[in-house]
Amino acid sequence: MSDATFRIRVTVRLKAGVNDPQGATVQAGLRDLGYRQVDGVRVGKIIEFTLTAADQAAAHAQVDAMCHALLANPVIETFAIDLGTQVEA
Amino acid sequence: MRAAVIVFPGSNCDADTHFALNEVAQVPADFVWHQATDLSGYDLVVLPGGFSYGDYLRTGAMAAHSPVMGAVRAAALRGTPVLGICNGFQILLEAGLLPGAMLRNHSLQFQCEWVHLRVETARTPFTQATRAGDVLRLPIAHGEGNYFADPDNLKRLQDSDRIVFRYVDADGRATDAANPNGSLANIAGVCSAARNVVGLMPHPERSSETDLGSRGGLVIWDSVLQAVRV
Repeated sequence: MSDATFRIRVTVRLKAGVNDPQGATVQAGLRDLGYRQVDGVRVGKIIEFTLTAADQAAAHAQVDAMCHALLANPVIETFAIDLGTQVEA
Repeated sequence: MRAAVIVFPGSNCDADTHFALNEVAQVPADFVWHQATDLSGYDLVVLPGGFSYGDYLRTGAMAAHSPVMGAVRAAALRGTPVLGICNGFQILLEAGLLPGAMLRNHSLQFQCEWVHLRVETARTPFTQATRAGDVLRLPIAHGEGNYFADPDNLKRLQDSDRIVFRYVDADGRATDAANPNGSLANIAGVCSAARNVVGLMPHPERSSETDLGSRGGLVIWDSVLQAVRV
């Protein structure tokens, strides 16, 4: 069986309850623009890359480990892994 | 006694820290590049301030995985005093050597100003020449010094006397107005469970001589001199 390449997308968000000064400021900016109904703005980040692994489960396990080790800080952030589509060989 | 000042790509308080140790506190200090893997010859390890790796991803996140951090961890386990200043504190948090994390300053601004700090405990190698309640005047210079810990960790820190410094006003009161960055419970510095690893956001190396406006930071070096020489 040959390895497959996945297009990975990791979404990192601040945990609920963790103060997000950046989100609050973006919200204030949107309201200044007239979007007064905007509420609850939170700013996160998306990290994209490709990964070659034996299969979907192996890819997921590796990305999960990457998130814990570096991509997210579990003290303040949560992360979601999207394995996306398998890249055609 | 010999001190190591760890230099990461993007450290910028390394020379000031080296000077404060060598010339002011009279502690022989070496610059140690972040690729080093052995710190066993040092009695004190300092992670200086700066913008290691351009603050990419999160402040301190990349530096926390530098080769030298294995040796810093080993030094911490041996009981060697380890001090993280500003970005050095952020690195120790990201490396898991201290609890909690840093968020962006509540103001969203880079805060560069003088602050008053209250020593909360003299039971660390970096505060043992002080008394709890002493008020020191040191400068801060950071964009992400808004200390966060979850309620369980905050309680653990409080119950085990591991909050080392708090932001206070000139009279020693921990008010909201005296909190420059929104830090939880006005926390400016904490220590490890074994008490030998300390991180703080303010800069003792910039406040060790009267010529620089304050000698408030000198007592931190004096403390560790006592701790190591005993």
